[in-house]
Amino acid sequence: MSLHLVIDYLFSAVFFQAAMMTLLITVTSLFFGVLAGLVIALLQEATFRPVRVLAWIYLWLFRGTPVLFQIIFIYNVLPGFGIRLSAFLSAVIALSLNEGAYMAEILRSGLGAVKKGQRTAGLALGLTRTGVMRYIVLPQALRIVLPPVGNQMIGMLKTSALVSVVAVQELLLVANQTASSNFRYFEALTAAGIYYLALTTIFMGLQALLEQSLDVKRRRARSEKRSLLQRLAPIEEAH
Amino acid sequence: MFPLSPLSAEAVMTSPPRTTPAGKPLLEIVGIDKSFGSTQILKCCSLEVHPRETVVLIGPSGSGKSTLLRCVNLLEPADEGNVFFRGEDITRDLRNAPRLRREIGMVFQNFELFQHLSAAENIMLAPMKVLGLSRADAHDVALDLLKKVHIPAKADSYPDELSGGQQQRVAIARALAMKPALMLYDEPTSALDPEMIREVLDVMAELSAEGMTSIVVTHEMGFARRAADRIVFMEAGEIVETAKSDAFFGGTVNARAQRFLEQILH
Repeated sequence: MSLHLVIDYLFSAVFFQAAMMTLLITVTSLFFGVLAGLVIALLQEATFRPVRVLAWIYLWLFRGTPVLFQIIFIYNVLPGFGIRLSAFLSAVIALSLNEGAYMAEILRSGLGAVKKGQRTAGLALGLTRTGVMRYIVLPQALRIVLPPVGNQMIGMLKTSALVSVVAVQELLLVANQTASSNFRYFEALTAAGIYYLALTTIFMGLQALLEQSLDVKRRRARSEKRSLLQRLAPIEEAH
Repeated sequence: MFPLSPLSAEAVMTSPPRTTPAGKPLLEIVGIDKSFGSTQILKCCSLEVHPRETVVLIGPSGSGKSTLLRCVNLLEPADEGNVFFRGEDITRDLRNAPRLRREIGMVFQNFELFQHLSAAENIMLAPMKVLGLSRADAHDVALDLLKKVHIPAKADSYPDELSGGQQQRVAIARALAMKPALMLYDEPTSALDPEMIREVLDVMAELSAEGMTSIVVTHEMGFARRAADRIVFMEAGEIVETAKSDAFFGGTVNARAQRFLEQILH
């Protein structure tokens, strides 16, 4: 066991690039996953029945099969139909679609948590259904879904390791390859683990920041604190 | 501010008449039916509301008062019959519902203030997003209206920092921000603690006195007495009695309405 080697790995270009690849896959998949989830969640509210059925089938497919299966399927089966995608693209598409299914359920719970009377009040003011959704329901739903969405963000960071099966050069694959060349598993995996923890920490920090910025009252409490100092300033000057 | 006692004959004589029955009604409901599933909620209800008039709708719970209100701004479109607003048939014009609702303000039993917005922002939302007012103009409107409902200092408070009475007054201000021609109040004080009912009713009575055309569903007979031009009594989905306020409280009402009055006045 060599701590020295762990540190070498940590600061090596290969590991750093692999960690960036993991981050890139995670962030891209999350972005499209949230987008897909939002679309599916809204489709589930549609009045036109076939649209709701379509949304249901999507959820059924992507929650009903393993993510690993979806990654391998998109990478290996689609080329048979003439759709040839790079390993990275396959990985991101699979993760996004899978994430979309879970996000949709989280967002749906958030939308459902906004009381019906809030929509009625919006409609009664002359807003359109879209306006009610955008200005009244979604802002309130977002605050409710932030903690579970944070869970999903951190979950995605770790799920991204699965894409190593289609040989995307992400953190776990690189660590494993490095270790198998010299059998220094402890050092390589420890370095990868530290990267994962660092990324998770960043995500948790981001979540906390986001929760704070959406919490109107805490935001105002901070600005009031400033104004209190400002009010005290002239008193100090007087002394 | 307003006497709680019933209007004396003198007061009726001296105060200018607020109703103009001779003119065209602002709102005309003609024989509407409404069912939810197999339950019929409204049975052939007809009602006229003239400009500057305040109509108080009373009756036992489940008699269809709220549903009748919701048929007016198309939150629950009527099954049969017609609703005319400014002489225009709006009954089945659901596509134009948002345009119609700009002109009809509504106040709910549970206030329904938008929880993520401050009092001022609650009032500003519709003027900005529906009428296209600038943020600054909408803010001016909001501050004016908060003054009108007697809570000028609460502009930056969030709904959960306000008492029920204050929330309901913000809700009234929010509806007024669209400069409606008609106000609908759906049991505006039923969810309030007794000590807060007065402050809300005062605001409503002031608006009525200024000539705001209103339909009020309420159990507050004191308010009906002091602010209503006409009382409409509903029972089991039917309009049983429509009477001028002084006639109604003078005791010249039909037996069913009389029974109801005795019940709620204990």
